Amino acid sequence: MPAPLSHLDVLESEAIHIMREVAAECKNPALLFSGGKDSIVMLRLAEKAFRPGRFPFPLMHVDTEHNFPEVIAFRDRRAAELGERLIVRSVQDSIDRGRIKIRHENESRNVMQTVTLLDAIQEFGFDACFGGARRDEEKARAKERIFSFRDEFGQWDPKNQRPELWDLYNTRVHPGEHMRVFPLSNWTEMDIWQYIAREKLEVPSIYYAHRRDVVWRGGWLPVSHLVQPKAGEEVKNIMVRFRTVGDMSCTCPVESDAATAEAIILETAGSRITERGATRMDDRTSEASMELRKREGYF
Amino acid sequence: MDLLRFTTAGSVDDGKSTLIGRLLYDAKSIFEDQLQAMERSTERRGGTGVDLSLLTDGLQAEREQGITIDVAYRYFATPKRKFIIADTPGHEQYTRNMVTGASTANLAIVLIDARKGVLTQSRRHAYIAHLLGIPHLIAAINKMDLVDYSEAVYQSIQTDFSAFCQQLGARDVRFIPISALHGDNVVEKSARMPWYTGDTLLDTLEGIHIQHDINLRDFRFPVQLVCSPQISGLPDFRGYMGRIESGCVRAGDDIVVLPSGHRSHIKDIVTYDGNLSVACAPQSVTLMLEDHIDISRGDMIVHPENPPRSAREFHAMLCWMSEQPLHPRGKYLIKHTTHTAKAVVQEIEHKVDINTLATGPASELKMNEIGRVLIKVQRPVVCDAYRDNRASGAFIVIDEHTNNTVAAGMIEGAD
Repeated sequence: MPAPLSHLDVLESEAIHIMREVAAECKNPALLFSGGKDSIVMLRLAEKAFRPGRFPFPLMHVDTEHNFPEVIAFRDRRAAELGERLIVRSVQDSIDRGRIKIRHENESRNVMQTVTLLDAIQEFGFDACFGGARRDEEKARAKERIFSFRDEFGQWDPKNQRPELWDLYNTRVHPGEHMRVFPLSNWTEMDIWQYIAREKLEVPSIYYAHRRDVVWRGGWLPVSHLVQPKAGEEVKNIMVRFRTVGDMSCTCPVESDAATAEAIILETAGSRITERGATRMDDRTSEASMELRKREGYF
Repeated sequence: MDLLRFTTAGSVDDGKSTLIGRLLYDAKSIFEDQLQAMERSTERRGGTGVDLSLLTDGLQAEREQGITIDVAYRYFATPKRKFIIADTPGHEQYTRNMVTGASTANLAIVLIDARKGVLTQSRRHAYIAHLLGIPHLIAAINKMDLVDYSEAVYQSIQTDFSAFCQQLGARDVRFIPISALHGDNVVEKSARMPWYTGDTLLDTLEGIHIQHDINLRDFRFPVQLVCSPQISGLPDFRGYMGRIESGCVRAGDDIVVLPSGHRSHIKDIVTYDGNLSVACAPQSVTLMLEDHIDISRGDMIVHPENPPRSAREFHAMLCWMSEQPLHPRGKYLIKHTTHTAKAVVQEIEHKVDINTLATGPASELKMNEIGRVLIKVQRPVVCDAYRDNRASGAFIVIDEHTNNTVAAGMIEGAD
């Protein structure tokens, strides 16, 4: 009898099973790949699920063009290494075409991604999109199904979700509707880092401690072309790492000298603040902001 | 480190949310920003301090109405184990949520208010946990602080509830007197109940043996996908992808494919990390066979010694989850393992009053009702009885027109 499976083995097997169900039952799926740590884990799970074959779906990134350059470079390199097709759809294009109205150039584009994402889903006729969201991230996510139904407007109705029993997933949708599928639903931030360490996965360098210019705006914000110090603001150069990688205008790093996945695991074990609480200014606006965004069709 | 999935059931006033909040708080799995958000919410509602029950309110409507609508999943880990909690609301109309939460759980915590004793709803929770095949039950007698930590109250509830569980046939039932509000016997042992010598709730959760919960005896491998990539270097690769739902398989084993009955041997057990000599549930693997036989999604690969049944007609317990009631002769789809088939409900054999466990005739099953039915399927399902094998005994019922999942089903047997 082999040794009992560890929690990572069980989570991995569950995610592989979910991905294979989508491949078997959905006609035209896609995997949303941002270059962030959760979607990097998803790519490894897809390799485990489908090699030696090719992935039965393309990768797709909704690019805010407010991303960290290290992440975009990593995204392109990883897709090329895997030899899989990468589709990129840009929020800037949606703005240029008048699909999105902006107030000023440097505002956060997190919410805007929804428009570009839903347009792309319609453009390619995707009936299922894998997302890397986890239930431990946020309380609206804690109530979302692994197979999460979206109506023809791409909307999530949290009060009217399909019951999800055992691991018998109901993948059926009518034309124009689609599923968001979250293979990492049951993973925590800690599991992700343990898996990255175990699988020796490469992640963009900004996840590890590095020196960076930051300004304090209720959290450290990285100085970039989007965030310029205002009069009276002090620019500090400190050791930081990013716990999430999103829109540069609203993603805060945390002070850290953790330079390896193992060091991050130790830091995560001692952390007293949630991942999003520490790093996403846009999630602090109201108790329901993630729920509202999700209802509109956000990731 | 292993993984324990448990479900909590309790009614609005049983203190379920407080219990989960307490467990997470004392296990240091509540973060400072969550705590601050709870403080702000508590103050907004005119309270002071931290109301731990607020942690589990996820949706806007829930916060507005102060109720729990849906199953929420929570995560915490101790140095010994990782835990997934399926937190389900307890009101009667949400039987479907309780069934959903129970379907993936190894353990259920049934909360009993010490002041009220065993109520109808406590029995209902235990019944559903048992029906869904949850192997371990913990009866947490809560609000002991409100009965002066009385041993007599605890014992009388234990006697009542044990009798009911015995009637159900539940095997592993444990009792723990707690106060979720003050933390007695949740994570820390209570100094106010020296008469209780058993483990705290967290110790129990950490210590319970779950290795035997999974059926490692009967090899069941429903085929999810056939992989024949036809790429250079692997012109003849033909693998059957899936997850081992129960039992173990070894390279070289004799196998039979159901329902066709074709026989072969396992050539290789392939994974991304290399071939294995043996693999067990719940591993996801790719099987290669010695012989080229016709196999497709929905087929099941098993050992010839103890095969499951192939049945076109079977009896099952159904928990109905749709606003549209089930009528006899109703046509649906059922999804069982990786096999989806057209099905017709031939007959509603009886309905269970989940409050009394009494059975009686029924002409329909309404939302949240549970009954025994006879189902006929267009293509045979390869199945076991749910009590022997949860993975090959469970199915869902789908309405072909709305695409909604309308029922959870548990196979009892075939004639």
